[in-house]
Amino acid sequence: MSGIEWLIAVLVLLGAIFVLLGSVALVKLPDFYTRLHGPTKATTLGLGSLVLASMIFFNFVQNELSLQQLLIALFLFITAPVTAYMLIKAGMHQKVAALEVTKNQHLMQVSGKKPAP
Amino acid sequence: MASWTHKLIPTPARSVMLFVVWLLLNNSVAPVHLLAATILALAIPLITASFRDKQTPFIQWRLAFWYLLKVLGDIVLANVQVIRIVLGPNRLLRPGFVMVPLELRGALPLSILACTVSLTPGTVSAEILPYQHDPDEDVGERFLLIHVLDLSDEAALIQEIKQRYEQPLQEMFGC
Repeated sequence: MSGIEWLIAVLVLLGAIFVLLGSVALVKLPDFYTRLHGPTKATTLGLGSLVLASMIFFNFVQNELSLQQLLIALFLFITAPVTAYMLIKAGMHQKVAALEVTKNQHLMQVSGKKPAP
Repeated sequence: MASWTHKLIPTPARSVMLFVVWLLLNNSVAPVHLLAATILALAIPLITASFRDKQTPFIQWRLAFWYLLKVLGDIVLANVQVIRIVLGPNRLLRPGFVMVPLELRGALPLSILACTVSLTPGTVSAEILPYQHDPDEDVGERFLLIHVLDLSDEAALIQEIKQRYEQPLQEMFGC
C-alpha cells in the first residue's frame, strides 16, 4: 500500500468513527438540548474527513479531477448550524424540558422577548 | 460599471459563485453545462433580487481567510472535546444556557457568528435576542443565547466567544 492509500484509509476510518460517535451522542445523551451537540459537531467533522478522503482518492489514485466533494463539504458546513438553530429554537418554543441540572433554565423563557439580564 | 450591466448582473460575485457551483455539481466543463451555468448565473440573481437583504458592503478577505482557518481548527478540537464528554457518564454533564452580550451588528456578521458558535466547542447557538423583523434595524443591546454542553465558568466562556470570534468578525466587517 502506498502512502496515499494509507492516508485515505486513515481519513475514512476517522470519518466513520466520528460519524458513529455523533450518532452515539444522539442516543446516549439525556435530553433534547444536549443531544443536539452530537449531530452538529461530530457528524460535521466525520463527513468532512470522509469527503476529504474521497477527494484524495479520485484526484490522486484514479487521476481524474473531481471537485464535487468540495460542494458537499460546503453545503454541510452551511446547513448543519442552521438545522441545529431551528431545532433548538423550536424546542424552546415548545417548552421541551431540559435536564434538571441545566443551569440558567429561566433563559429558555426569554425566547421571543426582550431579556432582563 | 455601466448601469445596464449593473441591472443585468446585480450581484457579480453571486453570479460567479452560481456558475462555479453548477459546473462543480456536474463535474464537467462540456459546452452544454457551460451554457446552463451561464443561464442560471444570470437568471437566479434577477429572480431572487426582491428577497435579498441589504448587503454588508465591506469584507476584509485576508482576515476572513484567517478566520476560516481558525474555525476549521476549532472544529477539530471541538470534536475531540465533545467526544470525551459523550463517552463519559451522563451524570457528570453540566449543561446550561448562557446569554452572551453582543457588540456585533448587521445580519451577515451575526449569522456567521451564530453558525461559528454552533460548530465550535460544546456550544450551540439558540437565539439572537431581542427578536426583530429587520436584522439591520438598531434595537440597542443585543444578546446571543447559547446552549453549552459542559458549563463550568460562564464569564470565561463569554469572554472567549467575544475575543475569539466576535472581535475578528468586527474587524473583518469593519463594524
